[in-house]
Amino acid sequence: MSAIPPFGKADALASVEKLHSRSAAAQVWSWRYIILRRISQFGILLLFFGTTHWAWQVAKDVPLLRGNLSASKFIGLIPLTDPFAALQIFLTGHVLRQESLIGAAIVLGIYFLIGGRVFCAWVCPVNVVTDAAGWLRNKMGVQAIFHIPRTLRYFILAATLLITVISGLAAFEWVSPIGMAHREIIFGLGMGFTALLAIFLFDLLILKNGWCGHLCPLGAFYSLIGKTSLLRVRFDKNTCTHCGECAKICPEPQVLNLKKLDERGYVFSGECSNCGRCSPICPEGSLKFDFKPLIRGHNVQADAIAVQRRTK
Amino acid sequence: MGLSRRDFLKNSVAGATAATVGLPLSKQAEAAVKAGEAGWQWDKGVCRFCGTGCGIMIATEGGRIVATKGDPDAPVNKGLNCIKGYFNGKINYGKDRLTQPLLRMTDGKFDKKGKFHPVSWEQAIDIMEEKMRWAMKEKGPHGISIFGSGQYTIHEGYVAAKLMKAGFRSNNIDPNARHCMASAVVAFMQTFGIDEPQNNYDDIEYTDTAVLWGANMAEMHPILWSRITNRRLTHDKMKVVNLTTYGNMSSDIADLEIIFSPSSDLAIQNFIAREIVKRDAIDHDFVNKHTVFATGPYDIGYGFRPKNVEKFASADEMEIYKNEKVHVIDKYEAIAQRKKEGEAVEQKNTGTAMKDWSISFEDFKTALEPYTLDFVAEVAKGDPDEPMDQFKAKLQTLADLYCEKGRKIMSFWTMGFNQHQRGSWVNEQAYTNHLLTGRQAAPGNGAFSLTGQPSACGTAREVGTFAHRLPADMVVMNPKHRAHTEEIWKLPAKTINPQMGSHFVKIMRDLEDGSVLFSWTQVNNPWQNTANVNHWIKAARDMNNFIVVADAYPGVSAKVADLILPAAMINEKWGAYGNAERRTQVWRQQILPPGQARADIWMMLELSKRFKLKEVWGEQPIPGLKAEGFADGKLPSVIDEAVKMGYSPESTLYDVLFATPENKKYKWPDPIAHGHGNHVCDLLKDGWFPEKALFEEYRKFGMGHGHDLAPFDVYHDDKVRGLKWPVVEKDGKWVETAWRNNEKYDPYVKPGSGFDFYGNNGQKMISGDLDKSGDPDKKMDISGKAKIYFRPYASPVEKPDANYDLWLCTGRVLEHWHSGTMTRRVPELHRAVPSAVCWINTKDAAAKGLKRNDLVWVESRRGKVKVRLETGGRNRVPRGLVYVPWFDEGVLINKVTLDTTCPLSKETDYKKCAVKIYKA
Amino acid sequence: MSEQGPGGLNPSRRDFLVKLAQGAAIAGTGGLLWDYILRNEARAAPYALRPPGALAENDFNAACIKCGQCVVDCPPHILKLQPAGGNLPIGMPFYVPRTGACIMCPDIPCMKACPTGALSPKLKKIEDARMGLAVIDIENCLSYQGLRCEICHRECPIKGKAITLETHPRQTSKHAMFIPLVHSDACTGCGICEKACPTEIAAIRILPHKLVQGKIGEHYRLGWTFDTEVTQDFKPAEALPANAVDAPVPKTAPGMDYLNEGGL
Repeated sequence: MSAIPPFGKADALASVEKLHSRSAAAQVWSWRYIILRRISQFGILLLFFGTTHWAWQVAKDVPLLRGNLSASKFIGLIPLTDPFAALQIFLTGHVLRQESLIGAAIVLGIYFLIGGRVFCAWVCPVNVVTDAAGWLRNKMGVQAIFHIPRTLRYFILAATLLITVISGLAAFEWVSPIGMAHREIIFGLGMGFTALLAIFLFDLLILKNGWCGHLCPLGAFYSLIGKTSLLRVRFDKNTCTHCGECAKICPEPQVLNLKKLDERGYVFSGECSNCGRCSPICPEGSLKFDFKPLIRGHNVQADAIAVQRRTK
Repeated sequence: MGLSRRDFLKNSVAGATAATVGLPLSKQAEAAVKAGEAGWQWDKGVCRFCGTGCGIMIATEGGRIVATKGDPDAPVNKGLNCIKGYFNGKINYGKDRLTQPLLRMTDGKFDKKGKFHPVSWEQAIDIMEEKMRWAMKEKGPHGISIFGSGQYTIHEGYVAAKLMKAGFRSNNIDPNARHCMASAVVAFMQTFGIDEPQNNYDDIEYTDTAVLWGANMAEMHPILWSRITNRRLTHDKMKVVNLTTYGNMSSDIADLEIIFSPSSDLAIQNFIAREIVKRDAIDHDFVNKHTVFATGPYDIGYGFRPKNVEKFASADEMEIYKNEKVHVIDKYEAIAQRKKEGEAVEQKNTGTAMKDWSISFEDFKTALEPYTLDFVAEVAKGDPDEPMDQFKAKLQTLADLYCEKGRKIMSFWTMGFNQHQRGSWVNEQAYTNHLLTGRQAAPGNGAFSLTGQPSACGTAREVGTFAHRLPADMVVMNPKHRAHTEEIWKLPAKTINPQMGSHFVKIMRDLEDGSVLFSWTQVNNPWQNTANVNHWIKAARDMNNFIVVADAYPGVSAKVADLILPAAMINEKWGAYGNAERRTQVWRQQILPPGQARADIWMMLELSKRFKLKEVWGEQPIPGLKAEGFADGKLPSVIDEAVKMGYSPESTLYDVLFATPENKKYKWPDPIAHGHGNHVCDLLKDGWFPEKALFEEYRKFGMGHGHDLAPFDVYHDDKVRGLKWPVVEKDGKWVETAWRNNEKYDPYVKPGSGFDFYGNNGQKMISGDLDKSGDPDKKMDISGKAKIYFRPYASPVEKPDANYDLWLCTGRVLEHWHSGTMTRRVPELHRAVPSAVCWINTKDAAAKGLKRNDLVWVESRRGKVKVRLETGGRNRVPRGLVYVPWFDEGVLINKVTLDTTCPLSKETDYKKCAVKIYKA
Repeated sequence: MSEQGPGGLNPSRRDFLVKLAQGAAIAGTGGLLWDYILRNEARAAPYALRPPGALAENDFNAACIKCGQCVVDCPPHILKLQPAGGNLPIGMPFYVPRTGACIMCPDIPCMKACPTGALSPKLKKIEDARMGLAVIDIENCLSYQGLRCEICHRECPIKGKAITLETHPRQTSKHAMFIPLVHSDACTGCGICEKACPTEIAAIRILPHKLVQGKIGEHYRLGWTFDTEVTQDFKPAEALPANAVDAPVPKTAPGMDYLNEGGL
């Protein structure tokens, strides 16, 4: 039903050219999401660290953000619980205290709204490592040795839950490099950084986006949560020249399947982490964060503008 | 088989590891550890800490103490130690040991407000000399002062006393024993005319009853307590009674625990006396032959600053201080002292509290009459949660013990009695009940004053480092005593100042009002151990004066000082201590002091070289001096007299007082050293042996009148483990005295008398009635007799009220010694008890919304400290009382305590003042 | 099974099934390895001392979310989360009494901070906590040698219940011995005794109960309690059956093996 965009290869090349000839200021501006993500990631870490080590308080004996990503309490009032960890503990047969159930519900609620994998891109400390590995891999031009399906993570997710039931231990929580790294930054160093190093080397030398894109069951869990997200990247088929720059930079390029984008008008897959890489890179401004209920309207509007332009 | 140090280390580590995993050591490794000890050299020594006086053995290797052990031959402890004693070998090696003189300076010059900088000993002694000259020029001999110690070695105390009293003609030297034993001393002197217990530790193995009066022996005299416990376990008749103001460790094996309210021990003693009289449990024969009844004035004040107190005190403090002038009788005192409740009694005898006179037995009985069971129980019940009937039954049981014929009783006390606003009285009351029943100075029978410090007896008391004392129980106020001392010391007549100097608290007050300008602290920590210390810290830092502190470690006193002198510790010098049972024990120098640290003796000898006779023995002003044979307000010049005796005005105090021709006959090196060194001799370089020479000189004071000590070398004999004085030569052997005043044991007792309290020989006493003394010209001779005192109950001067609602009691814990300068440097002891806590009753805590571990302020009219609350553990305080130990300078509880003293002994009462507690 | 195409399977369907099998195989082998690692890790758990209110070992292992909120809220800061590479299971709170003993806060803040209930809110009084049990090495305990130490006893927050002193006369002198004894019915395992112990290596230590505690047989009760009166209305469990007299004769009966085999 949709009209084929009136763009050819030349248009795509022109788009790439446009991207490369961006002014310095525009280039810096295009880093806005990555800077915000780092601020978010390190900021959250700092809140935990400050509360633990410098006793940051909002009032006497009311710690600011106590705990870590597995579970925490914000200003002594709002419990926050990693829903995946809570799920695993639930599967061990332990009856969780109400507080952690509420905490899990709050976190789930937030991610239902803004996309499960927002955790991955905006909160998870491992993301800094894998981003660095990805960037370096790109610079070094490391070639792929093999491919494994990105669906593996769902098997691992299933295995996590199964092993949890069998062993009676929260299977992922006991070995999670995310947990280890995060805990050790907040509560004292151990050998946890070796897990980070392993992930770094794996991503750098063995498999591109190996950990976050293929293995991490937490990411898989959040991908499933992310299906309902209201925060989405809207796709404007009318301006896209199919230059492919977005897919090149996207850590989960399968979510930018043009056919599906065309059909839905936005990035539909829960695997999208709303990291905001594609949007600023797009030379044509075809990918933009948007609010799901408004996307249809915005796309209709864009279609109309496109028709208008073409008519002109 | 040769074993290198490396192998040895390896084997020690192997030993340690094997122990951790619970594997037995192999025989081979065990032998290797043994071989590593082959180079150790052992010598006998004495425990550095309490007055028990345990013997230890010390091993050194390569100039370091490598181990200690309890001396198996020591009769006191038979190879055992308490946990402080266990660490004797580690106290010298704290990381922050002072090793260099430090002076407050700015731009290389002394500046009271400057920071501490290292200086040489030469510079340190220069500035001391300058400041002492300045202080004496401004204020005379009493412008300078020394804070001495019950932890002085005998030699140090002797040098300090002689330097001050004979050299500088100043009596302003007073030891921390003032805080500790002064009340006991007054009671000994008033009752028996001679200081220190007649009994000894072996009484524990003879007695049927141990009554503790304010002595938590389980913690404070741990080794003696194990002897009492052993007696309790092995002797069916043995009973242990613990009288205390809070439940403590000593209650654990007690048959009877009596929790009494602060100061009511005065009433309980009178209740016992009344029962003894009522039930006629009196040993009439003993009483008639050997005692005389006595009493004294009641209106004696509370030992506060006598004049101009309002100039230095806050309005809050004045509420309490005003009692020094006029005290309003409360309902208990009204009954106890036969007065009216609410009567304002002018305190007329604050300066004459020591006055006493004899009374009749009938008067004595009359005086006791108000102390009925009902009255005393009401005054004394210390635990509000204890039923009255139960408490009365306990008092009755206690009286039963004292009245039981044939039962042997030992009463023991320490700071509960001594640190008491009526400490001298309550000490005397203990003798009253023992003398009434003929239970004194006999095996298993006696009232025994335990000492806190290792040489409170040996040095502070026997040597006489108090403001009023001379060696061997003599006093500066007595012309005969002065003359005798001047003779031994070879001084011109009237060299010694007849005016009593300032006692410990008074030296602090003198610093505050500017009448003392120079103070020298030795072996003691006055700015942590003196009550109401905020005043004294301010006085030291803000007044124009010069504070010298000699110490081994930086404590509170060092921090307020202007000049810090690094002191050698025990085993880094030759020394001797005398314990509570009159046992004199000695040690040799085992190791060298670290860095520039030096023995206090050397510091004093060095300083004495700086002063010439013409500077100190000329006419000297002594404000307020009034004494027979002296012009008012001044000491005469004795220089001409000195010249006649062969001294030159240019002679130094060192030559005249210490390195005398006679003393120089004791040469160093001396074979008795067995090769041990003496850093004092190494530094003096003039070939004499000061410790030995001065000990032999000091011996002359005691010889022939009941204070005899053996020669220096006898104590250093390998077989000897201390000797209890009087030590008298008999058939070429030096024999100690186990029980004094008892004919069977004491060579000084008049044959045929049975008991002879010869301390009072030649003493005369006025007689009177309960209210007043009689004709001062009618005196009776009390030779050979001890006094049985009636002393009334008196309420504490500061009592809890609506605002300050709790009693505060302070004291020690087993793990730490005094102000913690040594024991807090032992990592293990510090880890065990890192900081002071405030024990509070759970109900009191709950009522204030507080709980265990809460950080609280303890605040009195004088100051406040922050401390954590404890509701469990070793002390079980009753409702209404809290207990805070004083070892922790981080919880400087003496900012809170009240500087009230016993008016007779001038010893501070650290056991009771009013505080409030609230969350910090 | 559908019969479409060669090989009996629809290629895309077969591809899917193979992928599924591969995935399952990877997950399966990985899972086995994973399970092994988990169990291995959990094997160290019995050596850990957990904060007050901690559930029994297996339940605690399951329930702890490793958030460290107990660590943050511990007033004396003695709790730690085990970092990777240590001796104990990763990420869970523990304490080492020798360097930091539990001070037994009456309000139990660590337990209150726990969001999952791994530190059980059923613990109402800190005295009821059972974190471990103090054990004395009597060969190296100074008090057992006769020295007046007993620091463990004096410093014990529930002195007189968790640790008591027993006094004995000493054979070799006139000094009594003061022997500390630990009582498991009151000892919380706070570890203040271990921290305070003045020997070079602590002679009193906190260990998890199951490593040290024995148990007397269920079939026996100690004889010095006086709560076992003779039962007056004894109710027999059963009566002799009715057919006891004419019961059938079995082919074999107990004891025959021994009686019939071998010589004498």
